[in-house]
Amino acid sequence: MSTDTPDAPGDETPSRAELAARVDELEDALAEATSEDDGKKMSIIATKGTLDMAYPPLILASTAAAFGYEVTVFHTFWGLEILHEERSKDLKLSSVGNPNMPVPNAVAALPGMDRVTTKMMEKKIADNDTATIEELIETSLDMGVEFQACQMTIELMDYDESEFYDGVTTGVGAATALQDMADADIQLLV
Amino acid sequence: MSAEFDIAETLDVKGASCPMPVVKTKSAIDDLSEGDVLEVLATDSGSMSDIDGWASGTEGVELLDQAEGDDVYKHYVRKTE
Repeated sequence: MSTDTPDAPGDETPSRAELAARVDELEDALAEATSEDDGKKMSIIATKGTLDMAYPPLILASTAAAFGYEVTVFHTFWGLEILHEERSKDLKLSSVGNPNMPVPNAVAALPGMDRVTTKMMEKKIADNDTATIEELIETSLDMGVEFQACQMTIELMDYDESEFYDGVTTGVGAATALQDMADADIQLLV
Repeated sequence: MSAEFDIAETLDVKGASCPMPVVKTKSAIDDLSEGDVLEVLATDSGSMSDIDGWASGTEGVELLDQAEGDDVYKHYVRKTE
């Protein structure tokens, strides 16, 4: 083997023309790859439907849209509540299970306490001029955010698709979400 | 400070909190022409960091200046493309 000269001309040495063709091919492939990657993408999976948990995906979605990202929010299980035009305006805050609540869990579990804590939170939201869930959804839709409603959970939880906001995409499943996540620069599960 | 550039439009987002100052700034910029400067008036103290971050992460805009006045944060953003 030591007698082999690596730079000896042989049948396998590509010609200049072949090399030039190969360079062109690679340049085309690079241009294609980089052009597809031109716009940034974010994919969020929204699984929660309480008032506090509805905010993070919507705030991040609208902000990412302001950055010029192409944004998809895939809503599944209780996350579908955020897309329900009527019920999204009336999302509840749970008073139990959060040790930071001003009431002990034993009291928080009493009937009507979720309504009390929700009212408190709604008042704070209004006093602070924080955008409502409805405003954030309308703004996000205007900015081109795509809201998707998981078909399996629509059926599992008996949603009526006509009650979602106009512009919500239905008829999508986990494979669609996975494809979006694979293409995205940022993926979040909320 | 503001003598260095002419303000084409002023956006008043006083009172609004995150994410609205950034979101509305983006919408206002979209309506301007290349080279125009948008003045943004906000009371959200987070807007200093947020609009800075938004401008550096967004194509086609340049943050010219930020100023903290009496409870009002002023931002000057140029549309560059």
